Amino acid sequence: MSTINKESFVSEEQLRYATWLSWGARSGLLILVASFLAYVLGWLPARIPLEQMPGVWSLSAHEYLLQTGAPTGWHWLSMISQGDFAGLLGIAWMSGCSLLCLLVVMPIYSKRRDWVFVALCVIALLVQLLAASGILTAGH
Amino acid sequence: MLNQIFARIQSAGGLLKANALVLTLTLSLFMAGAYAAESLPAPGSMPWWGWALALFVTCFFLGIVAVPSGVGGGVLFVPIVGGFFPFHLDFVRGAGLLVALASALAAGPSLLRGGLADLRLALPLAVLASASSIAGAMIGLAIPAALVQIALGGTILGIVVLMAMAKKSEFPEVAQPDRLSSVLSINGIYHDAASNQKINWQVHRTPMGLALFVGIGFLAGLFGMGAGWANVPVLNLLMGAPLKVSAGTSSFILTLVDSSAAWIYLNKGAVLAIIAVPSVIGMMLGATIGARLLHVLKASVVRKMVISLLLFAGLRALLKGLGIWV
Repeated sequence: MSTINKESFVSEEQLRYATWLSWGARSGLLILVASFLAYVLGWLPARIPLEQMPGVWSLSAHEYLLQTGAPTGWHWLSMISQGDFAGLLGIAWMSGCSLLCLLVVMPIYSKRRDWVFVALCVIALLVQLLAASGILTAGH
Repeated sequence: MLNQIFARIQSAGGLLKANALVLTLTLSLFMAGAYAAESLPAPGSMPWWGWALALFVTCFFLGIVAVPSGVGGGVLFVPIVGGFFPFHLDFVRGAGLLVALASALAAGPSLLRGGLADLRLALPLAVLASASSIAGAMIGLAIPAALVQIALGGTILGIVVLMAMAKKSEFPEVAQPDRLSSVLSINGIYHDAASNQKINWQVHRTPMGLALFVGIGFLAGLFGMGAGWANVPVLNLLMGAPLKVSAGTSSFILTLVDSSAAWIYLNKGAVLAIIAVPSVIGMMLGATIGARLLHVLKASVVRKMVISLLLFAGLRALLKGLGIWV
């Protein structure tokens, strides 16, 4: 340890990651709040009326899907004009914004021939894409 | 001299008032929780907006105490909302992941820029934890809810023991980095604003840390909780990263781990905007207040309250799962 003036020791890739993550998080929150307001204020019609939600939110996810016919996987995207599914847009954006961050730091690692971290970024991307794909299924 | 004494009394008075405020808020939360539990389920007795508002207010209070106590919002959210609100545990866990994810996303950029989160330390651990969180989420959605409640109760009680007993080390001594961390160049320097010093750090026991992160990711996906309660001790006490780097990197790791698990819940229809969004907004607003109160509140007092709160919520989850207190 040694006394210093305020100084930055942060790597180029970390700063780039931070910049993209910041934009991703902010835009995600904005979309989340805007779509939720459109949903609860009735600007967008809801597939399942809000008044009926207390009757279904105590069901398991599986029973909920059976009773309401709500979509699984990415099918909600085709119902984006309905308030209850528009609300999922911000959630999906926030869940997916790390993908872009991983993509933008890969060229820096490649340029430095840091192949181990290029590989780690690729694996992290594949794991995220696998989770997002909807291929993996499980349920009650 | 008199002025100094008066200033000290005023300062002590302010501290007491702030701690009393948090105590009152926490007790109110206990009362509200207990009341909600007694009045369950009767879904038609309260309109949707009443529940959404109650959820927002609860998460706001949870956000206030989450920051000074040093635990993530997710670990408080799942047992408390799962125990005292009429929502199915599937939806609570889906929302819990989003609460933890949103908090981590909000903090992540500044932690990375300040060097308190380290990308090289985080990536290898996050890759393994992300993969195992997917498995945890899939298993969590496949097994009966009562079983998840019992396991959740047991885990929360384990966290209570961990929080009550775990020690922290500001700057752990790492005499020599292990081979794997040397190959991956996992080390760094950060500027500690409190002491205005440059702190060099390196880590050891990386293979064991990686193995433990597989388990941590699994639990995060299974219970829908952020895993800061487990990340920090592994990074700090086992791997030897400085406490601030451990806390910052832990938060950043959650941006990857929780998003993987969140996709599984989203794809399985286990995310309801009406539950997730008020929770996320309430928790983030509360955390903003909590961060401002950080300098005023006595962390040890808040920490004891949170341990009590978790003990109560853990017992509730366990008894609910066993069918004793439904």
